[in-house]
Amino acid sequence: MRTPLYEKHVELGAKIVDFHGWEMPLHYGSIIEEHLACRQQVVLFDVSHMGEVIVKGPDFEKFVNYIITNNFAKIVPGQIVYSPMCYEHGGVVDDLLAYKFEDKALLVVNAANIKKDYEWILEHSKGFDVEVLNVSDDYLQIAVQGPSAEKLMKRCVNVDVDKLLYYNFVETVMFGEPVILSRTGYTGEDGFEVYASSDAVHLWSRLLEVGKEFGIRPAGLGARDTLRFEAGMPLYGHELSEDITPLEAGLRWTVKFKKGDFIGREALLNQKKEGLKRRLRGFEVEGRRIARGGEKFYSKEGDEIGFVTSGIYSPILKKSLAMGIVNIEYKEGKVVEVDFKGKRVDALVVSLPFVEHKTKRAKT
Amino acid sequence: MAEVREGLYYSKEHEWVKVEGDVAVVGITDHAQDELGEIVFVELPEVGAEVNAGDSVASVESVKSASEIYTPVSGKIVEVNEKLQDEPALINNSPYDEGWIFKIELKDKSELNNLLDAAGYSEFIGA
Repeated sequence: MRTPLYEKHVELGAKIVDFHGWEMPLHYGSIIEEHLACRQQVVLFDVSHMGEVIVKGPDFEKFVNYIITNNFAKIVPGQIVYSPMCYEHGGVVDDLLAYKFEDKALLVVNAANIKKDYEWILEHSKGFDVEVLNVSDDYLQIAVQGPSAEKLMKRCVNVDVDKLLYYNFVETVMFGEPVILSRTGYTGEDGFEVYASSDAVHLWSRLLEVGKEFGIRPAGLGARDTLRFEAGMPLYGHELSEDITPLEAGLRWTVKFKKGDFIGREALLNQKKEGLKRRLRGFEVEGRRIARGGEKFYSKEGDEIGFVTSGIYSPILKKSLAMGIVNIEYKEGKVVEVDFKGKRVDALVVSLPFVEHKTKRAKT
Repeated sequence: MAEVREGLYYSKEHEWVKVEGDVAVVGITDHAQDELGEIVFVELPEVGAEVNAGDSVASVESVKSASEIYTPVSGKIVEVNEKLQDEPALINNSPYDEGWIFKIELKDKSELNNLLDAAGYSEFIGA
């Protein structure tokens, strides 16, 4: 499959790779340079492969609140929540963004999970007065991320972007195209995500053009992964999965037990009451060898204590970093070992995120 | 378009071999470095180690992936490119010259017959 922007990536000289069946740009020359450009200036990502599911009808709010763990009833139209969507046993179907409109919800889900999510949502909608639509192919999605993103957006839309805070969105017009503009992202930097009709491909070129004076460049999935990783954000299939609960992944803040019933509540509540036995942690790995996921962690005493979920070479910290699930007692400051095919290397447990978030939040 | 240099031997694991008398210089091809992307770490073999053709003797880590380096020929490692410790990107910038990885004293020159020439390797990578 290809996104509507595929031809643009080829023209820009992208290295194209397969990502869950999508032909996506890995980079346009350098993952490290694209990563640094996002931390220092501004970059564009094509994230049109992400899925969009609309839930509408009288019960939309009640239903969405029932299938996700975070509180969708608490936000007002124009706001967004990030939330896991769980199985009864507490494992995760997917993690998503839920946009609240007056009369509907827009759920933005991972590309690899579109079919699974849509079927899951549809199946559980019985008994609720809602309509569930998979509209993934109707949307083009571009992420504009980096410290200069706000200045760039001011040139592109007639909206008071300074007042559009993190996890809020507006419906507006960008270069003649109706868009949803949200202050969200997956990098830890300030930034926006733009949803437009799938034929609005000129938005990509216009954003690159207007962004020139801010040093904009396109960035691929390689930098998207290293950026989200430094920001300590989970990636489904790595830090979150059917076998890893949101509590274990450090997402306690997204599980709202007091909001009423939701799928997975009982299992998660039990896990909380019994106390977590393992948890996601950050690790600084000695040397420059990179844990890619799946490697085992051992204690200094030689006991197996967990596994690596992802690892990168950090362009900002210039270190080999990992995230992984380990037994609960291995907290910040402890030294454990990672096994690289029989060769054990020290890893220091550190707090997440590795790099501080710079998102634009309301002053509290 | 990846460069395939004439006069070298090539393995299907994308190493190149340059014969200089009884010693062979080994590195990875331009095609391989391009596929790997920016290299951030190289684990070098130990000087003095006796290795057999097909053994994994070194590894390179790029931002996105790790790759084993297999020696295409048997023999004794006589020198490694220490410069790669501080400048792993030499492999990206100069795969056939400054980015060489190790030198090996050839045990059996007939092993070279198992390798591809430039034309064969070009065809192999579809260049």
